[in-house]
Amino acid sequence: MKLIEEANQQALARILEGEPRLVDIVPARELMPGLKERMILHAGPPITWDRMCGPMRGAVAGAIVFEGWAPDLKAAAELAASGGVEFHPNHHFGAVGPMTGMTTVSMPLFVVENTRFGNRAYCAINEGLGKVMRFGGNDESVLKRLAWLRDVFGPTLGKAIREAGGIELKSIIARGLSMGDEMHQRNLACSSIFLREISPTMARIATDNAVLADCLGFIAQNDQFFLNIAMAMGKAMTDPAKGIRGSTIVTAMCRNGTDFGVRVSGLGDQWFTAPVEMPEGLYFAGYSEKDANPDMGDSAIVETIGLGGFAMAAAPAVAGFIGAGAPSAAGDFTRAMGEITVAQNPEWTIAALDFAGVPTGIDVRLVVDTGMAPVINTGIAHREPGIGQVGAGIVKAPLACFQQAVRAIASDLGVA
Amino acid sequence: MPDQEKQPYQSLLTGKVKVVNVGLEGFVKDLRDCDIEVVHVDWAPSAGGDPQMAALLAKLGV
Repeated sequence: MKLIEEANQQALARILEGEPRLVDIVPARELMPGLKERMILHAGPPITWDRMCGPMRGAVAGAIVFEGWAPDLKAAAELAASGGVEFHPNHHFGAVGPMTGMTTVSMPLFVVENTRFGNRAYCAINEGLGKVMRFGGNDESVLKRLAWLRDVFGPTLGKAIREAGGIELKSIIARGLSMGDEMHQRNLACSSIFLREISPTMARIATDNAVLADCLGFIAQNDQFFLNIAMAMGKAMTDPAKGIRGSTIVTAMCRNGTDFGVRVSGLGDQWFTAPVEMPEGLYFAGYSEKDANPDMGDSAIVETIGLGGFAMAAAPAVAGFIGAGAPSAAGDFTRAMGEITVAQNPEWTIAALDFAGVPTGIDVRLVVDTGMAPVINTGIAHREPGIGQVGAGIVKAPLACFQQAVRAIASDLGVA
Repeated sequence: MPDQEKQPYQSLLTGKVKVVNVGLEGFVKDLRDCDIEVVHVDWAPSAGGDPQMAALLAKLGV
């Protein structure tokens, strides 16, 4: 159908032409006029407290205590259960968040500006490994770290980013792909490149050497630090592709631990949801699949722009880490995702595939036609709140979301 | 006229068998176990064989 093909080319061009730039770190309340006290933004499509999974509830309780809306976790859970807190998806506020994806008024957020189209997208700062709120952690150590990110790290790094005039992101991704990252479960190269780019400015403007050392050390010790920047970048790149009538290109994929949600360009902000699937992967010592929570997070925005599972060929080490098969078979994932996408990104290439570009522009028609679901590389959270990450693996997006989208597009175009 | 042209299918039974397998991959292993040369074509019906969805996809240009 000519209308669809033209709309898809337009949506694809808007994604590929994006010029994402990290420009600042700012508290959420200053970025989002609609975000008020006693409002919590979460990962995935809309969900209510009664349907939230364990880690999501744990993170919500922690976020409430962190913001001072309740004195302890028990009171926080009671406040949430009684309707004392409003819940909204990050995506409704121009943001994304990994795993549970908590965003509240005082949290500092990365600001990525798409200078080609003038839009901005936001994501919280990656907390590191161990007990963290994104995996449902909510004890004193988690809240203490969040307070340090809010009071010390966020302002320090934000000042450096502004002083540096912002940091262009596409070239970091291109280099990361050539150094073994796929930007979802492996961000070692990109985190290192980012540190290399920002550390001279941080040192130049530092007024306290101890603070500088803490901040540099925090980035250096977290191989996944860059993930949250890549996520905000993905959101900034896909948002301009929203609302092109007739386009069947996916503009968002996300999950809240209960439901998986998909948005498609031609239907704007409408969600197509289905029960989220369990990740399959490898578990840390002492844990197994019976401990695992269904998949969570807005991080599938990186697959939406051709990274993560779609760029597995660039990161053979990840295939082993997440139990996706032999490293030599990593290219199979990328080639398979080429079957459900409409183009390759010429700026982000993979040496192992003779410099083919990452498969970009998921077409809901191709997903339904082939029955081939998008593959997402993911962390696995414990199903109980407060424990954290127990493994890593891959998960497939539910086909039902894409089938709904196809029916809705057909209806919108009057051919149903 | 050569005998082979008179009975074009006879050579299939008397000569070396070469197989193109389309769809279900399970047949490939059985044939290879019998030392039969097989080329597998990875194919599945559109939309998993759902005729209504396949018809809808056709209207949408797939």
